[in-house]
Amino acid sequence: MAEIKNEVKFSDKALAEIQRYISHYPEGRQKSALLPALHIAQAENGGWVSPEVMDKVAEILNIQPIEVYEVATFYTMFNLKPVGKHVLEVCRTGPCCLRGADQMIETLKQKLNIQEGETTADGMFTLKPVECLASCGTGPMLQVRETYYENIDSEEAVDRFLEMMRNKEPETPEWAK
Amino acid sequence: MGLKILTEHINVPGIETLEVYRKHGGYRSVEKALKTMTPEEVVEEVKTSGLRGRGGAGFPAGMKWSFLAKPEGVPRYLVCNADESEPGTFKDRVFMEKNPHALIEGMITSSYALGAHTSYIYIRGELLFILRILEKAIAEAYAAGLLGKNILGSGYDLDLHVAPGGGAYICGEETALLESLEGKRGNPRNKPPFPAVKGLFASPTVVNNVETIASVPWIVNNTGAEYAKIGIGRSTGTKLISASGNINRPGVYEIELGVPVEEFIYSDEYCGGIWKGKELKAVVPGGSSVPILPKDLILKTAAGEQRLMTYESLSDGGFVSGSMLGSGAFIVFDEDQCIVRNTWNYARFYHHESCGQCSPCREGTGWMEKVLHRIEYGHGHQQDIDLLVSVAKQIEGNTICPLGDAAAWPVASAIRHFREEFEWHIKHPQEATAPGAVYRGQLAAALA
Repeated sequence: MAEIKNEVKFSDKALAEIQRYISHYPEGRQKSALLPALHIAQAENGGWVSPEVMDKVAEILNIQPIEVYEVATFYTMFNLKPVGKHVLEVCRTGPCCLRGADQMIETLKQKLNIQEGETTADGMFTLKPVECLASCGTGPMLQVRETYYENIDSEEAVDRFLEMMRNKEPETPEWAK
Repeated sequence: MGLKILTEHINVPGIETLEVYRKHGGYRSVEKALKTMTPEEVVEEVKTSGLRGRGGAGFPAGMKWSFLAKPEGVPRYLVCNADESEPGTFKDRVFMEKNPHALIEGMITSSYALGAHTSYIYIRGELLFILRILEKAIAEAYAAGLLGKNILGSGYDLDLHVAPGGGAYICGEETALLESLEGKRGNPRNKPPFPAVKGLFASPTVVNNVETIASVPWIVNNTGAEYAKIGIGRSTGTKLISASGNINRPGVYEIELGVPVEEFIYSDEYCGGIWKGKELKAVVPGGSSVPILPKDLILKTAAGEQRLMTYESLSDGGFVSGSMLGSGAFIVFDEDQCIVRNTWNYARFYHHESCGQCSPCREGTGWMEKVLHRIEYGHGHQQDIDLLVSVAKQIEGNTICPLGDAAAWPVASAIRHFREEFEWHIKHPQEATAPGAVYRGQLAAALA
């Protein structure tokens, strides 16, 4: 069988960060670094993990590709399809709903003209409903990469938020700076 | 103002830095424990304190520690559960964000007590920004000789690492957390063996919540006997309460266990009353999985006694008329909130978060979500209410981990206390699905 060449390349900083996590675990337990490695891989790959990216992670950790697939498909933070420039992870769980999360999500859908799970035609935003983000005292709220945006409790607040995001580049994670 | 053990310095500017943290007495417990106490003595103090697990189960922490197996030549691990994902709970997040060194101090002192030389803080993946805060603080602690080899010249070595999750409520269950920490799907393990015997990397492991570990330094500094004087009966010490919902002052409050529920809701020191001058309808006092209680049963027990913020008082009456303190996530509902809609929302949450390993939970949570959805959207049948009760009963107790129970209890309790509201939705679908419609009959009767 011909070998399939994996063209995915991670930056030196990303590789170093994965190695740092591997060093936290006993020898032979490098698989423990899989979740952090997937976070890093996702940040390297424009916000999602393709099968090729997952294969690359398997190669780095010296584990079988299936071990990466089964984990990436279990945890909700890993996007398995391409996403927009900004992924809006909106909390839809009970405590946020008591303070208006349903309205915030409806307003976002109308303003962006997309449904939950979709990406805007210009590729700017993906609307991703998520469960409780441990921010119940400051709801309604949403997350974009590593930042929480809280108390988005009116149409004006949604407008201000979208305006700010339109003029913003996606965050660079700490290790890539 | 009650005693503040965990939050005394939380708003001091710069408390996230080692310098300021030490200026306010930080890391004293590390000095004291490592230099003047044996590990067994630290365990004894924690046992004497009566400290109970703050993640939700309320199991005595000292007893959990004493179960840890100590075979020769096998490493032992302490793992901090910072996977805070129970809807309504955000105390650990606020605590770690503001005062990371307080958790690190607790990790060092507790790891010493357990004889662990490598410890992990497993934090939910959504909180990567707090992982960065913790890693910064850990680097400071290493540089100051508080972590690494021969800590403060005591001969004790400890490495401390933070590991992120990937977005899965189930990983708050301790064996699912360990699976996840090993780089696997978060499927809870069958028990026995318990983690105390076979945990992380098949080695003896203790898993404790953030708040539990952060309480240890005060106990070491002031003795377990002093800690046991705080609170009431078997509810010793202070507790962080995450207050959310329709209140004037949502946020995290540290209370001495024993504060009356009524005071907690209406006092300006805590929730500050119901927002917009509305009436209280119901409270979920311990996180989304514990039973919901209507106003009359949350303020007073069925026997007419004042309900207190303690493990015992909140569970007084069992599941017939009581609830649980759980993780201390206090979710307050005003008169305009629809119990059916909220119950559907919680059911959707548990369906989404079921790991799929046990069929009663995998299938049952989906059925409950579907049935509740059709009631909420005006397509319910009268027999649906009994169907929900029956499904909830068949999930409860029939799964490897407590997620099944956690999914069943909110549904069963909502029907137990708000059955009329479910019936109204089914009998009057048009009225019930009108925008902003809420059933007021039961509340009006209760207020009369």
